[in-house]
Amino acid sequence: MTEKLAKRLLSGNEALARGAWEAGVEVASGYPGTPSTEILENLAKMPGVYAEWAPNEKVALDVAIGAAYAGKRAIATMKHVGVNVAADSLFYAASTGAEAGLVIIVADDPSMHSSQNEQDTRNYAKFVRIPCLDPADSQDAKDMMLAAFELSEKFDTPVLMRPTTRICHTDSLVETGPDRYQQPELGKYPRNHAKYVMVPANARRRHPVVEERLEKLTRFAETCTLNRVEMRGKKLGIIANGVAYQYAREVFPEASVLKLGMSYPLPPKKIRDFAAQMDKVIVLEELDPFIEEQVLLMGIDLYKPDRGDAGAYPHFKSIFPITGELDPKIVRANAVSAGLLPNEAGAKPKTSIAPQADKGIPLILQENLPNRPPVLCPGCPHRSSFYILKKLKRPINGDIGCYTLGFVPPLSAMDTCGCMGASMGVAHGAAVAGDSERHIAVIGDSTFFHTGVQALMNVAYNGSNVITIIMDNRITSMTGQQENPASGKTLQGGVANEVDIEALVRAVGIKTVKRVEAYDVDAIESTLKEWLKIDEPAVLITDHACALMPEERKKYLPLEVVEEDCNGCTLCFRIGCPAIIKSDKVDEKSQRPLAEIDPLLCTGCEICSQVCPRDAILFREDVLKLRMV
Amino acid sequence: MKTRKFLLTGVGGQGTILASNVLAELGIALGYDTKKAEVHGMSQRGGSVVSHVSWGEQVFSPVIPDGEADILISFEKLEAIRFVGGIQPDAIVLINDYEIIPITVSSGGGEYPSNEEIKSAFAPVTENVYWVKGVAIAEELGNAKVANVVLLGALSNILEIDAKTWLDVIVARVPPKFVELNRKAFQAGREAV
Repeated sequence: MTEKLAKRLLSGNEALARGAWEAGVEVASGYPGTPSTEILENLAKMPGVYAEWAPNEKVALDVAIGAAYAGKRAIATMKHVGVNVAADSLFYAASTGAEAGLVIIVADDPSMHSSQNEQDTRNYAKFVRIPCLDPADSQDAKDMMLAAFELSEKFDTPVLMRPTTRICHTDSLVETGPDRYQQPELGKYPRNHAKYVMVPANARRRHPVVEERLEKLTRFAETCTLNRVEMRGKKLGIIANGVAYQYAREVFPEASVLKLGMSYPLPPKKIRDFAAQMDKVIVLEELDPFIEEQVLLMGIDLYKPDRGDAGAYPHFKSIFPITGELDPKIVRANAVSAGLLPNEAGAKPKTSIAPQADKGIPLILQENLPNRPPVLCPGCPHRSSFYILKKLKRPINGDIGCYTLGFVPPLSAMDTCGCMGASMGVAHGAAVAGDSERHIAVIGDSTFFHTGVQALMNVAYNGSNVITIIMDNRITSMTGQQENPASGKTLQGGVANEVDIEALVRAVGIKTVKRVEAYDVDAIESTLKEWLKIDEPAVLITDHACALMPEERKKYLPLEVVEEDCNGCTLCFRIGCPAIIKSDKVDEKSQRPLAEIDPLLCTGCEICSQVCPRDAILFREDVLKLRMV
Repeated sequence: MKTRKFLLTGVGGQGTILASNVLAELGIALGYDTKKAEVHGMSQRGGSVVSHVSWGEQVFSPVIPDGEADILISFEKLEAIRFVGGIQPDAIVLINDYEIIPITVSSGGGEYPSNEEIKSAFAPVTENVYWVKGVAIAEELGNAKVANVVLLGALSNILEIDAKTWLDVIVARVPPKFVELNRKAFQAGREAV
């Protein structure tokens, strides 16, 4: 297959998809997660590719491994925290290898723009003993996909591809290749027990193979073009990796750079030779001192600034911060404080300067400036549940999804949120620990399928009285409406089975189950109040499609406030809907501002109409009648 | 060729990303190396959004550090003031005279800044502040959604880059039935500053 393409702007994710396509990938499985989601969305549109959303990252990786065992090049995609879920599979795949190339794309999120932690996934490569490639821009991302598959097949190993947010979501120019690699036809499925059946006897024989493979990979790293020396001046040599390579070029135009496209395993000789030619050598990398520690273990002298007591921790990240993204300004400031650059600004910071959480605002303004946190959208079907949960004042164990925003004031209805699928287990833990308050767990449909259902099974099996609300909007919404097993559609647009959540909940052993319309405030309140009186597990399924779905958008009908009936009681403000704003008009008696509805934002979900004690917010029916007149 | 660093700010759903796509393509059309960085995900849910677009001979960093942007285009007033620290002295600032009240204000915690306060925040940094009633102009044309194109029109005039190059890029990005509307919005913006 040939396709000619000029140099064009591609995001890192588009480039990774393109690279996978050029590499002949025929099977791709993943779970949505920022910043990785668009890799699979883009690949799914390309010809000759089977791409799917799996219920979680472990399943996705098993599917990719299965395809590679069968003999087809395959990828699995996920965000960094997803690889924790898939780690078990990553380990066995590292032991077995496969019949065709296998690449796992794991997108890290330094600064946690949309994540619960800042883990540096390069550590997995070392942990599992597989190669890790780190693109520095979209061109790299595309090219490295091809290199990754060659590497995978040459050394019979899974390969980790580790972009970060600033690679995934940055557009830069890419020269795409014209051709797609043609894979051989599938042969007979392997019956190679010694390689693929990981019982202790076989696994014991595979472990030395893995260690020998690592040695071969290290030799390969010494000469491969992924690791490149750019010789400029000899005063300063920078060992840089990923997006930090760009900051090295921008901040130190005179310095020589050893760009490590492969962050594991490292090439000791290449690094030693580079270091030997330089007066000073530093490592410039984001997050963990992953390369820095290994270089120090090789016995190579790195430049170490004299900072007195400051900088004693973290021990091996001596110049640049271990937390947060870097940018040229942060790199420059830390280089100045380390004595690598002249101090032009005047101030001399003593410690590593971490990036500001809220960038760019002078402190004096920042204090007075209202924040604009992400919030549940106008018309979000989760809003009604959180409004009631706040009233009930019970501890709420939350989960990962749009509904995590239930914690944001004024709803403020969430007390814990750790990772995907944690809600019910954490609630169950409190219950069996004897907490006197009744726990309510909150989880979305996609997260329930991801890792929630097992926790509910545990609640039922071990019989705690946890109440669970499954907020079923039929889509994985936070990442931009990806299909899931409840959507009735596949990633590539095919018709799919829809999981019957109610039947599934009953099947795991929950006897008290109810499905209600998610916008129905009274139904949610009365059900939960009733269940608080009975001492057994129960599951409430709140049912309404995400308000951003095209079918829902067609139903938008902005509601109206009847000014004469509103007395500015503020109750409707407390549902935290961005469409409800304070009017310029005030109630004469209380002098409080009246409520007003922004017709550009309101969808007509009627949650506020139900909450208003004075019937001052019209329901859809009344709005329609009013417009008929 | 002068290196240009643009910050585009606004509220999720305002078309900030679309406008930054146009700026990035424009950079390519003008023969620059170009990078565009943004953050997806959680911030899209009605939160603050920001895109970074850089044009130059060779662009390294995708991110524009604080205090280094040459041009700030904000589709919402509060989001303009939030990024005053992002620009360098004498930067060009283009503000959509439009407010979206954040939930923190409507639920009673905090005041939305007045136009005077916004002006006084920029005054020590730059005098090159342009205000355009993008949404009002777009509504007159029949669709509030093209406010972002109105602002791009205004920007084209401020930057003195010819209209045709911009329009080629914009037209290539919109469905045929919206081409005329976008042309009008661009022209109206061009005339607004």
